[in-house]
Order: sequence, then structure tokens, then C-alpha cells
Amino acid sequence: MADASRAGPPYLSIEGVSKSFGSFQALRDITLAIAEREFVCFLGPSGCGKTTLLRAIAGLDIQTTGRIVQAGRDVSALPPSARDVGIVFQSYALFPNLTVADNVGYGLVSRGMPREARRARVDELLALVGLTEHRAKYPAQISGGQQQRVALARALATSPGLLLLDEPLSALDAKVRQYLRGELRALQRKLGVTTVMVTHDQEEALTMADRIVVMNMGHIEQVGTPAEIYGQPATPFVADFIGAMNFMTGSVAGPGRVRVGSIELAAPALNGAATGTTVTVCCRPEDVVPADGAQDNAFDARVATLEFLGPNLRATLEPPGAERVTAEFSATLARRLGLTAGGTLRVAMPGDRLRIFGSR
Amino acid sequence: MTAASPSAPLAPRVRAKASRDQWTLAAGLLAVAALLVAFVALPLYALLSKSFEDANGAFVGLANYAKFLETPALSASAANSLTISIITAVVTTALAFVYAYALTRSCMKARAFFKGLALLPLLAPSLLPGISLVYLFGNQGLLKSWMMGASIYGPIGIVIGEVFYTFPHALLILLTALSITDARLYEAADVLGAGAVRKFLTITLPGARYGLISAFFVVFTLVITDFGVPKVIGGNYNVLATDVYKQVVGRHDFQMGAVVGMILLLPALLAFAVDRFVQKRQVALLSARAVPFSPKPSPGFDAAMLAFCVLIAGIILALLGMAALASFVKLWPYNLEIVWKHYNFELTDGGSWASFWNSVEMSALTALFGTAIIFAGAYFVEKQKGFTRLRGAVQLLCMIPMAVPGLVLGVAYIFFFVDKANPLNVLYHTMAILVINTIAHFYTVAHLTAVTALKQMDPEFESVSASLKVPIWRTFRRVTVPVAMPAILDISLYLFVNAMTTVSAVVFLYAPDTTLASVAVLNMDDAGDVAPAAAMAMMIVYTCVVVRLLHALMSHAVLKRTQAWRRR
Repeated sequence: MADASRAGPPYLSIEGVSKSFGSFQALRDITLAIAEREFVCFLGPSGCGKTTLLRAIAGLDIQTTGRIVQAGRDVSALPPSARDVGIVFQSYALFPNLTVADNVGYGLVSRGMPREARRARVDELLALVGLTEHRAKYPAQISGGQQQRVALARALATSPGLLLLDEPLSALDAKVRQYLRGELRALQRKLGVTTVMVTHDQEEALTMADRIVVMNMGHIEQVGTPAEIYGQPATPFVADFIGAMNFMTGSVAGPGRVRVGSIELAAPALNGAATGTTVTVCCRPEDVVPADGAQDNAFDARVATLEFLGPNLRATLEPPGAERVTAEFSATLARRLGLTAGGTLRVAMPGDRLRIFGSR
Repeated sequence: MTAASPSAPLAPRVRAKASRDQWTLAAGLLAVAALLVAFVALPLYALLSKSFEDANGAFVGLANYAKFLETPALSASAANSLTISIITAVVTTALAFVYAYALTRSCMKARAFFKGLALLPLLAPSLLPGISLVYLFGNQGLLKSWMMGASIYGPIGIVIGEVFYTFPHALLILLTALSITDARLYEAADVLGAGAVRKFLTITLPGARYGLISAFFVVFTLVITDFGVPKVIGGNYNVLATDVYKQVVGRHDFQMGAVVGMILLLPALLAFAVDRFVQKRQVALLSARAVPFSPKPSPGFDAAMLAFCVLIAGIILALLGMAALASFVKLWPYNLEIVWKHYNFELTDGGSWASFWNSVEMSALTALFGTAIIFAGAYFVEKQKGFTRLRGAVQLLCMIPMAVPGLVLGVAYIFFFVDKANPLNVLYHTMAILVINTIAHFYTVAHLTAVTALKQMDPEFESVSASLKVPIWRTFRRVTVPVAMPAILDISLYLFVNAMTTVSAVVFLYAPDTTLASVAVLNMDDAGDVAPAAAMAMMIVYTCVVVRLLHALMSHAVLKRTQAWRRR
């Protein structure tokens, strides 16, 4: 999907978009292309500019400089009513005094659609989101998850070319959220509507998106598929923000080799830094694996603490002469290894799982 | 990946194209701005400039103010006004605090009933307590002996009347102040072993201190600018408010009237500033996680509180009942036969049934147009995203009426509209000017009610509507107005009742064919027809009570129809 998206003309293209509020720069020179039918997530901590960028795409808060082109049309300066977007807000903004059916049909009335056609379209959408039997209820009378789907149906009613979702699942319980993730993704595939979703929940982004745009302090840190973002984080920020990560200070020991404490590790990812340069070596806890004798990058470590997490155990390891490292083992594996706090364990950090960044 | 490349400093700014919705909002905001300038700002400017002019309109600087200070009668009035206002503010705030404390912190019976009784004075013109006091303690008064030789005509009468008139205003403020408290503070104090007195001094009083300050200043302003009570029962005890009336209506000395008006503006402005300051602080007191306080039964304390409320409510009822009785008794206190003749207003010089119907018409028009204009105005101000300066200016203009006493606004209106050179002069001596003046006079509270209701709505309604390409006026009609209907009904009731009872501004503006009930009370009392004056005052009370009940019925019906969604 990601590969397909990079070929052909983009459906939505954001070119050098910046936005400032007074002296505060909320967006710094954002450039991004989104393909038709693609599901893209803007992910980042609060205040990173992801919602600002979404609102600029919607036309709700127009950017200070830069261009936004949708389906070949320059929409940079147009108000939302002149763009082809459907929006689902974090609060849903359902009209409390209108029924579910009237909410869904709200945008159809002003298009001069005849009553019968309107009703048919509303029925179709309610069936699509599975709310047919709730059509006569008011928003306050249905659950949060159902409200979310009403908001989605309302945004989709007018068949917009671009669907914008602003933290659409953040107001829901964990269980409902997990269920709706799948529903929303399936619906998006089925309709093929190009979708941009803002979220601060990495799990949501990783499970739903074709591509993730990781943002921080108003600029883009990395754009890539969930696997790329997780497996090959491009910056220390991405490495730290997505998932858990061990950061170890080390130095370049030679071509393709780094030294951390008294351990020397093979690191193929290291390219061409001079020997002696200080670097940050990153390894995910699940990539710290039990090792036998002669395996590459293996070392003995003392098990300082063990934390029980249910299916997994988190171990804090003390490698010789280096900072502590966190490792995660499945409970089954831990039993087999006879893991106990205070014991010693031989582990390895495979070279192809290491990420090296210049000193932070 | 490195940080984003430095943004091109010369990139052209995007000039957003305004949508039709934005034009609609901008046009609405401009219209509201124009109305507020024409009917609030310019009249006040006319008052200000008049105070610096001589009778021929030439600029004389501070000469009028100097004359004010040199006139012993006027500076004596200023001293009297201050004395009366401070005493009343202290008394009313203290009584209202205990009453509010009883309603919020005790388990006494019938709290809703006592709250309703205490708010009754809101439905009466301020002239009414004066009339009742004359009947009770005047020269032929039933209870004259209670005065022990002192005269009710003068400061004593004024203070009692003003306490009656201002009590519900102070009570409402203090009820709010006392009801927003965090029960967890009291629980923590209990756990730490604090006694009742210590809890009162360290939690209750500090929590309510902003409410107390606010109530004090609100009462102070109401009293210093009210002239209903002193006019009826003040005797020879002159105050600034009656002086304005005498200077402008009696002596046609517009310059001196303007000066006194400007001076009356000072305490009101001070009170306004204090109130704004206090309200900002009050909000911060209650965190979202606070637990509401609910009182526990305590027989002795509850009984004492009940006794106090019975006493206060009894006095309020006695004053209202006295006016009602006076309107039916043939010749107080010599012939107590019940008759209708005092309601035959045609027999008096001061007013007629036409005045009453004028008042009803004026109040209905004020409620109708006032609600529409104020709610739409609040909508335009709240939903406007651009035009930051204009929006700020309009917000300020919306707040000004609260700082301007009715009396001052009335005088300002004369100066502004009597001027033949003013194209708005056509409004002078019409029903329209009475309606406009009353809307302007009570604009702020109604505006703030509307703003509160609008702020409670999801701010993205308009964004949703824009993305669905639905024009904003349709969303206003289909969503905003129905959702805000409870607030809209409250605004219309507030405007109607105040239009019915107000005297202070309209007394300067009525024409022979637009006399009003409240003004008729004043004129009848002036002419010595005190019983018909009581009857007319009671007509105002009856009307307000009926409208209040109608409002309750209508709210119920409308809520049932449009607010079905509120029920789960």
C-alpha cells in the first residue's frame, strides 16, 4: 500500500505549510503528499502541531504560508464550505436536539436532494455504521461508541473526497476503542475514501494507518509505514516516542563496531563515523534476547530487578561497565530460563536490531 | 532526518477567502456595533459633553462641577446619598448573608419556598416599599408608635425601603457564592478536629468573601442611584438621585443634571470594576473535581435559621401585603371597608389604565425585540473569529450598560435625542425610545446569560455545518436557538419584569401618550393619591407574578417539545 502511494500523482499535497500564532510557530514548513485511498495518521505528543495541520487541511484555520492542493485543485485559501472534506471532531459535535437520522442527513438538506433520496441515503449510511434501529434516538440516548459512528456517518453522508478525523476514538473506553479501530479501518477500506487521522495514541496509529507521519514541535520527524516507523526510527525522538527503547551512550570502535561500557557490539547500521565519536546506541527491550555462548553481540548481565507484566516479564539488566538495559521476555521463556532477580543471564543485542544516532 | 529546512522568509502569506458565513457574521457584528454605539455610547457622550457646557452649549470646562461643589444643598445631598448607601449596603449584605446561609447550609424545611418569597421584591417597583412604609409608620400609620417619636420620612424610611428593594439582588449573589463550595474542605476540617466556629471562619467566610464584596457593591450602587424610595418616603432628606430628577424635570437645568449624573456614574463604575474583578477570582475557587456540599440536620441550628427566615420573609410579605391592603381599603386607617375604587385610576391625575397598558405593551416589546437583538448580538460576538479589535470593542460596549445607572442613562437619552440636529430625534417622545432605552438599560445581564448559554455549546457546531456546506443561519435556526431555548426564555422574562418595574430611566423619557404604570405610581404619590398609587404598584406586581407563572408554564411546554433530547 505504501509503495503504491508513492507512485502516481498525490491526491492531497501539502507544500511548505507554516502556521504561526503571534510569535509561536505551530507548523514549520510542512511538506507531505498523500495518495488517493490512503489512510494516514498524524502522530505526536500534544502541542506537536498535528491538529493544527489537520485544521489547515480542513480550512478551519488557514495556514500562514504554503500551499495545499487537493485533487489537483489549489484549496490553500478556501473556507471549509468550499472544500471537499468531511470532518469528525474529537467531541463529535453532534447536534443534541436532532435525532440520529437528522444528524446524519444534516448536510444533505442544503444540497437540494429530494426527500425520498435523502431518506434512502440516510438509511444506507445508518446501515453502513450499524445504527439503523437507533435512527429516532437523540445523541444523549446512545452510547459513546454509537455517537462516534453517527458523527462518522454524518461526515460521510455527502461523499467527501477527503475524510478528516481529529482524535476520533480518544473519548471512548479502551475496549470500545479497540473494537472501533477495526471497524473504522474496514469501513475506510470498503469506501476507499482518502483519510487523515490525528492521534496521540501510537498503538492506534500503528494498527490503523497505511502510513504514519510522526510530528514534533511543528515539524515532521518521519514519514513511513508502521513497520518502518517502529523498526527503523529515523530520529531519536521517533525512537523514544514509539514503543519502549533502551538508549545507551557509546563510542565508535571501528568500522561497523561500537563500544558500550566494556562491551563491543557489531552495528551494521553505523556508517562511516570516525572512530572515537560519541554515539547513542538504541535497542528495543524485546530485541534483547537470551543467547548461548559464541553468538555475536552477546554478553553476561546481572538481573537487577524483575517486573511482572502478565504475559511478559520486564527485566532490568546490568551489563558489565555499562548503563542498565531493559529487556522483555515472555513469561514462558522466563520460566524456561529460570530467571531470578540477582542471577546472571547471557543475552545478545543482534546487530541488525541496533539503531545508532549521533550524540544527543 | 535533520530538522525541517528553514522556512522561506519570503513565502507569500495566504490570504484566506471569506466564506458567505463569515460575511454573515461580520455584517451581524457590525449591525450590533452600530446599535450599541447609537444607543449606548453616543448618549453617554452627550451626557459627558453636556456637563462641560453652559446653557448655550459653549464649552466651560469644569465650571459646572465647581458650581456643584459650591452649592451647599447639592453637596449635602452627596453626603446623604453616601450615608444611606453605605448603611443599606451593610444591613442588606448582612441580612442576605444569613438568609443565604440558611438556604444553603441548613436543613430547615421549605427552603425553596423561602427562596421564592425572598425574591418577590424583584417583581415590585422600588416605589412600593416606600408607599407601604408610609401606611405602616407614617403620620396615620398603624404602627407609628413603634417609631418612638422618630419620623419614617427621612433616612430611616429610606434605609428600610432600600433594604427591601435590594435584598433579592444581594441574596442571589450570596446564594451563588455559598453554593459553590467544596465539601472535601469541610471533611478535611472535621478530620483535623476543627470546631464549627473555626470552620466558619476559615472555610465558609473566605469562600464567600468575593460574594460578600460583590453583594456590598451591587447594593451600594442600586441604592445610590435609586430614586423611587427616597422620592416617596425621603421627606426633606435630599439625595443625589432625587436631585437629578429635580434639576432636569423640575428646573430644566440640564447642565447641573448632567453633572450630578456624571457624579452618580462614579460609584457605579467603581462597583462595576470591583464586581468584574471579584467574578474573575470567584471562578477559580471551584475546581472541576470539587464535591458539592450537602448540609447535615442539626435541630437547634436549623430552628434558629428557620426563625430568621420567617422573620425576614414575614417583613417582605408585610410590606407587600400592606400595599395590597392599602389598595383595597376605603380610607386608611379610619374606614377599613374593602372597595375597588382605588383601581379606578381615571379618578386620579397621576395616571390611568392607559398607563398600565402602555407598560404592558412596552414590556412585551422590550422582551420580544430585546431578546432577539441581545441573543443574536451575543451569537455574532461569540462566533466571530476575525475582526479581533471590533469584536473586543463590541464586547466592551455590551458591558457598559451594567456600569450605567438607569437614572444616568435616562438623562443621557434626553440630552441625545432631544437635539433637533440628531436624525434619531424622530424617536423622541415615542414608545420606541422607551423600548430602546429599556433594552439598553438591561442589556448586560441578558447578554451575559446568552453568552453563557452559547459557550456551553460545542464550539465545533459551526465547523461541522461549514464542512457539510450548510449555511450558518440554518444551523443557528435549527440547532443554536432550540438548544439555547431555556436561556432565551429566561432573558425574555428578565427583560419583561425589569421593564415593568423600572422607573429610573423611563421617568425622563415618557410622553403624555406613553405614560407608564411605574411612572404613574410616582406621579399619583406626588399628587397625594397614595391609595391609587399603591393600587397601581400592586397592578405591576400582579402582572409580573402572572408573567412569571406564564413563563414557568411556557418553559415547561417548550422544554418538553424542544428539549426531549435532554432526557435519557
